[in-house]
Amino acid sequence: MKFLRLLKRSIREAFKSVFRNFSLSLASISCITITLIIVAASIIITFNLQNFTSEMEKDLTIVVFLDNNINEEEIDTLMTELRDMSNVESLTYQSKASIKEEMRKESEVFDEVMSTWSDEDNPLKDTFQIKVKDVEKISDTAESIEKMEEVSSVKYGEGMVDNLLLAFESIQKISYGVVIALVLVTVFLIINTIKLTIFSRKREISIMRLVGASNFMIKTPFIVEGMVLGMFGSIIPILIICFGYVALYDHTNGYLYSQMITLIEPEPFIYMISGIILVIGIIVGMVGSASAVRKYLKI
Amino acid sequence: MKVMVMIKPMDLIRVRNVNKQYKNGVTAIYDLSLNIKKGSFVFVIGGSGSGKSTFIKMLYREEKPTSGEIIVGGINVAKLRNAKVYKLRRKLGIVFQDYRLLPKQTVYENVAFAMEVLGSPKQETRRKVLKALELVGLKGKIHNYPDQLSGGEQQRVAIARAIVNEPKILLCDEPTGNLDPERSIEIVKVLDEINKTCGTTIIMATHDKDIVNTMQKEIILLKDGRLIKHAEKGGYEE
Repeated sequence: MKFLRLLKRSIREAFKSVFRNFSLSLASISCITITLIIVAASIIITFNLQNFTSEMEKDLTIVVFLDNNINEEEIDTLMTELRDMSNVESLTYQSKASIKEEMRKESEVFDEVMSTWSDEDNPLKDTFQIKVKDVEKISDTAESIEKMEEVSSVKYGEGMVDNLLLAFESIQKISYGVVIALVLVTVFLIINTIKLTIFSRKREISIMRLVGASNFMIKTPFIVEGMVLGMFGSIIPILIICFGYVALYDHTNGYLYSQMITLIEPEPFIYMISGIILVIGIIVGMVGSASAVRKYLKI
Repeated sequence: MKVMVMIKPMDLIRVRNVNKQYKNGVTAIYDLSLNIKKGSFVFVIGGSGSGKSTFIKMLYREEKPTSGEIIVGGINVAKLRNAKVYKLRRKLGIVFQDYRLLPKQTVYENVAFAMEVLGSPKQETRRKVLKALELVGLKGKIHNYPDQLSGGEQQRVAIARAIVNEPKILLCDEPTGNLDPERSIEIVKVLDEINKTCGTTIIMATHDKDIVNTMQKEIILLKDGRLIKHAEKGGYEE
């Protein structure tokens, strides 16, 4: 009972104190707000990049061009051989005849040129399109396919894919770094702002100690206050995420620059990000005030 | 940790061979030994720098003695760990020269604060706060803020706050230092009333000769950190 009363008092005092020392509270809240906005943006970018990378990885295919003089039996054996490879997810066969038809449909010039080709002198090649399980091993897989006898050549967008993957990886690492650094900076800002709040209530603390409040009783209201500040600080970032991201998504129809870059759908994405931001805000407020209180009370 | 010291049941405070040297090298108390009985009203008197403030501070463990032993209500103050100081403080009420009230809280809230931070239930808090404020004669001003009160009234709020948790001992460090003689005697009369009606042991440091001479209570006279006189009843003479 006593514990509950003390907890209730802590929460009530925390809210009262936030409004009593409003200018100080506002300083802390603005600090948290600004940082959380940047953190939210970084998280949104990271998640979208991750999403984009995995979407793109799904689209990556190895195209295997077969020798011209290959017969159907050999194609079948090759197909089973390829299927048995560890990194092969799925494969589809496309004959040169069907490729020709597809290309003729695509443009009139092709149609005109290709109309004269008979099956015999069709210079195109039969192909397998292979999807891989692990994109990072795509070059190894392509190499071992190329060594097979009936294969004339293999294409998978070599240099381009490798470079793109590398670039994304480093962008992701950088944004993780930015998020972590910003969270740390916020913690330090809060330690300082809450230290000021505590300082303005020095007298209250000294009276609490005089009348025999234990360290726990003294600490708790300030820690709760830090959490309340963190909670208030996350309101504006959450609103910005909810309305801003939906607006961006609607404005761009879910694509950035081209059909290739798709954005993550707002629902339930924005709820998840809001939750993350709220939790970060509260934890950051708590950690900041806890260490500020510990420093001040010299426990 | 058990304190293996024989304390006569009547001795609420027992001080043995206490020396206090501050970090800057100043020695404030030399070899002080004395007992204070339960229910007594003691004036600790002496000029500036006599060590009376240091003595009071050691009783509520704001300062630790350099050597010697201080037992307050069964607690060995000299050996008390920082985290356990609150156990001592709950047995004490403390009043200062500068009142130390919370300016943004009403008289009632200031006194109730001392109970709320310890987790007292609302009803009990209300009953005891009103009782304490009645005892100091401020029941009519419970909704005022400290800056709407006179100095004497503010000090009476501080006294109400100090006694609201019903401590065994009330320590007063120059409580009348900021007040004119008339208000000063009022404050001491309030303390005397508390001593008589609640049986609270009162230890008051002062350099006000008139008060000590008027009240004729137990006195502890300090000079340059040494005990000069400890008498059951007496006035202020050096």
